[in-house]
Amino acid sequence: MFVTGIGTLIHVYSISYMHDDENMHKFFAYLNLFIFFMITLVMGSNLLIMFIGWEGVGLCSYLLIGFWYKNQDYNDAAKKAFIMNRIGDLGFLVGIFIIGYLFHSVDYTTINAALSSGAEIDMAWLSVAALCLFIGACGKSAQIPLYTWLPDAMAGPTPVSALIHAATMVTAGIFMITRMNFLFNLAPDVQNVIAVVGAVTSLVAAAIGLVQNDIKKVLAYSTVSQLGLMFLALGLGAYEIAVFHVITHAFFKACLFLGSGSVIHALHGEQDMRNMGGLKKVMKITFITFLISTLAISGLPPFSGFFSKDEILMTAFHHNKALWVIASLASIMTAFYMFRLLYLTFYKNFRGTEEQKHHLHESPALITVPLVILAILALIGGAISLPTGSWLNQYLAPVLAKPAEHHHLDGTTYMLMGIAVVGALIGIGIAYSKYMAKSAVPPQDSEITGFAKVLYNKFYVDEIYTAIIVNPIYAIGSFFRDVTESVFSGFIFGLGKVANILGGEGRTLQNGSIGFYLFAFVLGICSIIVYIFLAK
Amino acid sequence: MDISFVLIILLFGAAATYFVGDKWASKAALIFSTAAFAATIYITYLFIEGIEPVSFIKVWVEDPKIMLAFEADGLSLTMLLLTTALTPIIILSSFRNTIKNSRAFYALIMFMAFAMAGTFISVDGFVYYIFWELSLLPIYFIALIWGNGDYESRKKAVIKFFIYTFAGSLFMLAAFIFLYQRTGSFLTINLYKAFLTSNEQFFIFLAFFLAYAIKIPIIPFHTWQANVYQKSPTAGTMLLSGIMLKMAIYSIIRWQLPIAPKPAAELMYVFVGLCIAGVIYGSILALKQTDLKKLLAYSSLAHVGLIAAGAYSITLDGLRGAVLQMIAHGFGVVGLFYAAEIISRRYNTGEISEMGGIRSQTPKFTSMFLILVLASVALPATFNFVGEFELLYSMAQTNIWFAVIAGTTIILGAFYMLRMFQQVMLGEQNTKPFADVTFGEGFVFVTIITVLIVFGLYPKPIVDFITPDLQAILVIINRN
Repeated sequence: MFVTGIGTLIHVYSISYMHDDENMHKFFAYLNLFIFFMITLVMGSNLLIMFIGWEGVGLCSYLLIGFWYKNQDYNDAAKKAFIMNRIGDLGFLVGIFIIGYLFHSVDYTTINAALSSGAEIDMAWLSVAALCLFIGACGKSAQIPLYTWLPDAMAGPTPVSALIHAATMVTAGIFMITRMNFLFNLAPDVQNVIAVVGAVTSLVAAAIGLVQNDIKKVLAYSTVSQLGLMFLALGLGAYEIAVFHVITHAFFKACLFLGSGSVIHALHGEQDMRNMGGLKKVMKITFITFLISTLAISGLPPFSGFFSKDEILMTAFHHNKALWVIASLASIMTAFYMFRLLYLTFYKNFRGTEEQKHHLHESPALITVPLVILAILALIGGAISLPTGSWLNQYLAPVLAKPAEHHHLDGTTYMLMGIAVVGALIGIGIAYSKYMAKSAVPPQDSEITGFAKVLYNKFYVDEIYTAIIVNPIYAIGSFFRDVTESVFSGFIFGLGKVANILGGEGRTLQNGSIGFYLFAFVLGICSIIVYIFLAK
Repeated sequence: MDISFVLIILLFGAAATYFVGDKWASKAALIFSTAAFAATIYITYLFIEGIEPVSFIKVWVEDPKIMLAFEADGLSLTMLLLTTALTPIIILSSFRNTIKNSRAFYALIMFMAFAMAGTFISVDGFVYYIFWELSLLPIYFIALIWGNGDYESRKKAVIKFFIYTFAGSLFMLAAFIFLYQRTGSFLTINLYKAFLTSNEQFFIFLAFFLAYAIKIPIIPFHTWQANVYQKSPTAGTMLLSGIMLKMAIYSIIRWQLPIAPKPAAELMYVFVGLCIAGVIYGSILALKQTDLKKLLAYSSLAHVGLIAAGAYSITLDGLRGAVLQMIAHGFGVVGLFYAAEIISRRYNTGEISEMGGIRSQTPKFTSMFLILVLASVALPATFNFVGEFELLYSMAQTNIWFAVIAGTTIILGAFYMLRMFQQVMLGEQNTKPFADVTFGEGFVFVTIITVLIVFGLYPKPIVDFITPDLQAILVIINRN
């Protein structure tokens, strides 16, 4: 319901967004194929079906990112997404193999029954299996070290970014871990790994998001960061909270992406925030929905993001203070960069060209109606799991092995809520003082220096991957092609050489018909052998 | 009607193709190969329903005792179906080429189909060996006479291939002669029962291995492959990669493992390891190729490495995966080489760097090519996924690290195939015009894709058809 609900809204939106593209029919075909695979993924009753859906959504993601195929950069991004996902898929596949080997089944209920019946299961292998599944989740849900494809994936059309790379596909990893929670519960080491990876991812991605200037890139890193928070919750065993955040995040992030799409649409493809500004006046609906979602993602009450994010922080606080600090820092950064985005885009004066200014317009109803619906959901979505009584927890209870922990609304809780809200306000305050009070505009690329430059270049992770993984593979390839191939052909039996010599002799003896000569020669050997043999 | 009927049709078809002359040769070949396919289906039907026995056994030579024995079981019928189904497709794929002396060309294709079909159904070692060697002659002439590029370098490559594979096969002949001296028979049932010491088994295993490793090819015996694939006419490449190399993998399952099971079990890690090394080696080499057909050749090296690894793992999943993947790879690789052929026919080049920007001109061709590329990287819902999943699962059963290392093929495979697709098809529109597929070309593609997707979604018929025979073979392999 969740997938199809968001999917429908995105379809409506896309009708308008893609209306002047020559390949519109293909776009919708891919989009529907995606929904099909996504449903396969979530509805299957065993890991194999899930894997089929899992790879299928990866395919659709590839097709949609590379939708504008004339641009080779976009094609590179699509290819990168597919290959990064495949690395995770290999982990998933190996995990399935181990589970199949341990339980002789890949069916959820069978595995669950086998585990709860207390049968003799090798715990070490179980942990390895859980770790492999987590690697799969890392690929699909863009966690360290496999997150770099997601920001690049923003090359695709904006509705795709909203649907696949924010709301649905990237949460597949979380879905999978939640589905297999009974397995992960038995592997506490792996849970710790998940929690740490999630927390670090959320911090790193938020830090990169601080200085990005492409409106979609900011949102992309924010998605990675939020996914990191969800993984933190998973690692702490708070599956229902992770799912809660998945849902609220889907509402406000889809709204943000579609809002940014609306802005890009109005500016005819401009994505650099340094060339925006002052859109508040012309694009009222977009602005208001964007504001609501921004408040939600920053975690201010009573917006939906507040409830889910607060629960994650609270769980982290109860388990491990260090994780709580990291997650809180990431949240403060989130509030900062989201309001930076908001101020740069919608406030002050327009900084684009005169021609763009002339054409500024609010988007048509097909775009704004989904925005409004999503904004309303972002506003009230928190209600499905209020601290006092959670509908979501009851809904998820059959799936989860452990019942959800119930938090009492005591002093600590209120204190933590207060800290979270104050933190968000601090982030907003910094953004306000910098971009509203001082009217600062981020500098041009060449003027960025120091640590900001490292952040702006995303910690050079892409460059490092290229240097330590991709280039060596190419180098080995060259070595194989130029050296080992000739060694093999030269020395194995020396037959290559023999062929050469024979060829050479044949040329001198029977000019031109060497083929026939050789044929006769081989046939001769053949008949001699047969003759000797038959005459025995 | 028994199974030898298919051989008769193919042999008669070869002769008829030659005698109807250049003008009608291609049509005659198509008709006879399709007839052979129909006959195979009918025989398969008879076999499944158990209506009448379809095996054929006659004494050919009294002393030494050589039997013309062709036996049908699920395994050999599956391979026979693959051969007779691909032959018309391969013939059809050459239709638009202008071929000099075309009656000889098509007659040789038919003759090759005859020899390969014979290899798959013979259960007498000597007859099997004759068919095995007979299949080498037509491809030698096809590659030499109708191949691409400079004649001298082509001759070098083709002769190397011929001598290489022929030399390997001689070891197999020696093994058969030895076995005959021991048992007084060439028939599989008697050979399976032969009592051999570990030492004898070891040498027999090795002799078979040389013959098969060169044909498949397994590294480091593969050096003939890329050059021959590139220089053969595309029909020849399809015959080689689509069917001929499957003869060797089939033979591992039918001959090598059951006759010499001890070394197979003891040295399992060595051979599986070698095959897996080929998977990685081929994938990495494919990344560095600038010629489209060579790239496909190395990707084929990687894929068959995994298939052979599955066969050598001696698990039910491995054997079954190997058979399934042989079919999937057979169709897939024929489709991919056909796509390469279409591109090089229109652009008159095999260099990837001279291609690009084709997609915007040819929506149909692009979709079909993309589906084949995705099948080649074993995307779920294609037949290749079923095969690859089983193969990797069999690797996991022998050793989890084998599965992890062999599994990198799904990453590397995606890497080189998508990279190739991007460079060949995508990007700014090419200035050179590129006509979309004709009806005939589209028909070939659609047929192949249908097979890959239908069995990808519903592989059960084939799985059920081959599993009992593979189980029986496993019982023989594990007899002591």
